[in-house]
Amino acid sequence: MTFDVGRIRKDFPILERTVRGGRPLVYLDSANTSQKPRQVIDALTDFYERHNANIHRATHELGEEATEAYEGARIKVARFIGTADETEVVFTKNVSEAINLVAYSIGNATAAGGPARLALRPGDEIVITEMEHHSNIVPWQLLCQRTGARLRWFGVTPDGRLDLAGAAGLINERTRLVALAHQSNVLGTINPVEEIAARAHEAGALVLVDAAQSVPHGLMDVGSLGADFVGFTGHKMCGPTGIGVLWARRELLDEMPPFLGGGEMIEMVWMDHSTYASPPHKFEAGTMPIAQAVGLGAAVDYLTDLDLDGVRAHEDDLLRRALAALAQIDGLRVLGPAEPADRGGAISFVLDGIHPHDVSQVLDDRGVAVRAGHHCAWPLHRALGAQSSTRASFYLYNTPDEVDALADGIRATQKFFGVE
Amino acid sequence: MQLESMYQDIILDHYRHPHHKGLREPFDTQVHHVNPTCGDEVTLRVTLKDADGQPAVADVSYDALGCSISQASVSVLTDLLIGRTVGEAMEVCAAFTGLMHARDAAEPDEDVLGDAVVFAGVAKYPARIKCALLGWMAWKDATARALAEPKEEPR
Repeated sequence: MTFDVGRIRKDFPILERTVRGGRPLVYLDSANTSQKPRQVIDALTDFYERHNANIHRATHELGEEATEAYEGARIKVARFIGTADETEVVFTKNVSEAINLVAYSIGNATAAGGPARLALRPGDEIVITEMEHHSNIVPWQLLCQRTGARLRWFGVTPDGRLDLAGAAGLINERTRLVALAHQSNVLGTINPVEEIAARAHEAGALVLVDAAQSVPHGLMDVGSLGADFVGFTGHKMCGPTGIGVLWARRELLDEMPPFLGGGEMIEMVWMDHSTYASPPHKFEAGTMPIAQAVGLGAAVDYLTDLDLDGVRAHEDDLLRRALAALAQIDGLRVLGPAEPADRGGAISFVLDGIHPHDVSQVLDDRGVAVRAGHHCAWPLHRALGAQSSTRASFYLYNTPDEVDALADGIRATQKFFGVE
Repeated sequence: MQLESMYQDIILDHYRHPHHKGLREPFDTQVHHVNPTCGDEVTLRVTLKDADGQPAVADVSYDALGCSISQASVSVLTDLLIGRTVGEAMEVCAAFTGLMHARDAAEPDEDVLGDAVVFAGVAKYPARIKCALLGWMAWKDATARALAEPKEEPR
């Protein structure tokens, strides 16, 4: 089946609405959160209308159905990211919680004096990158504060790639964990995770990948990526908010101490101590976002039923068109790679003489929804000498006409502010 | 276009040609405020003086990075507040804060707010209210600190 964006758009009810007094919505903010297809919205409604019950603890028929739907979603997610073992898939509320789960588990291992693969000693190093989202920076700063480990990072080159050449010796025998984005949420840069993971593993370090921006485009095979931990979130991949995923190799999940304690994550509880359930339940304390997990399962079904190669080719066409159109605009600087190679469909830019907030306001007045600010990547903006930026991000439902609407809107912004 | 309701000419004039910009000496207190959602920043200094036994605003100087709304807003602030007693200035600040949070169409009081009435259009865009308030919150903070820590030497 060939990819037909017109047919795709019919699946997303919100794309039919107008904004700001009757203008068609041009939604170019999918790296922030994606829109939801009818299939996902229906799955949420169907769950609440027909199957709603708590999971793993209700012995009635609804409880059985809800449990099956929830665990079924786990299997779908596992297959989508290329693992045959669904117990390696832990549900969280988002990527931030997935990363914090790993950071706090390592902190707990450190406090308890083991296991050795996880516990940190003073002088140990955690390596991140300057292009990370705050959610892959702050948890590691907090872990370093708790354990005495030292935080180090890869810099970025002026064209928005990781500075691998300037980082000789950064990964060394003191390195215990390397955490990096698969695809930058600001620059679109796709990082050479396999290469960095191989280097980290040679040094005996674990590797965590923030895949929030890559999994939505079907770019995830945990088997070949070489990471030990992968975090991503449902709401950027056509799924609901409130549901995220941590994938980790099963042997690590077995060794890791729990993060959140509470109901359902235990095996036995006494007044002075407890033993814990097996993964993934060891990391799923309390009542989970059940309907949201079911919705994520529906999102995975939706994406899987599409021709993902066709989706990627379509998104690549949009990216090329956008890079070419933006290159024609005087006074516009794209942050990140100017070429489409190893690059996803998020384009951040700065316009001479016009602040991103003002750019996004004029675009919004024309129905074009983008994001303005530092996109939760303040250190990256500082490194690239930009106070903030405007970001347009594309997904499977966007069209070439919408790319043109962006370029036209930017020119109109320049005209409005008298910067031409 | 609804844009003109926000980007009034007075706002764009202040943005392009800000008044009282730059950090000046001497000053009583300096604060640095940021808008964490967008990264806009203002460094603002307040100098108070005595006006017939009442504290008054001798100078407000600032350096700011940000959008047209936040830049124009702090520029208008300096025009309105420099020279007033702190009591009067706080009333203007309260009126401006009220204007930003009033979503109804209540007519702003031009006698109190002067040029700042043109920011009424900003209140219709919730995401931009913080931009307009950034400088005002910084001024209020700096002034409160200046009042709490009076200078040691007599003015």
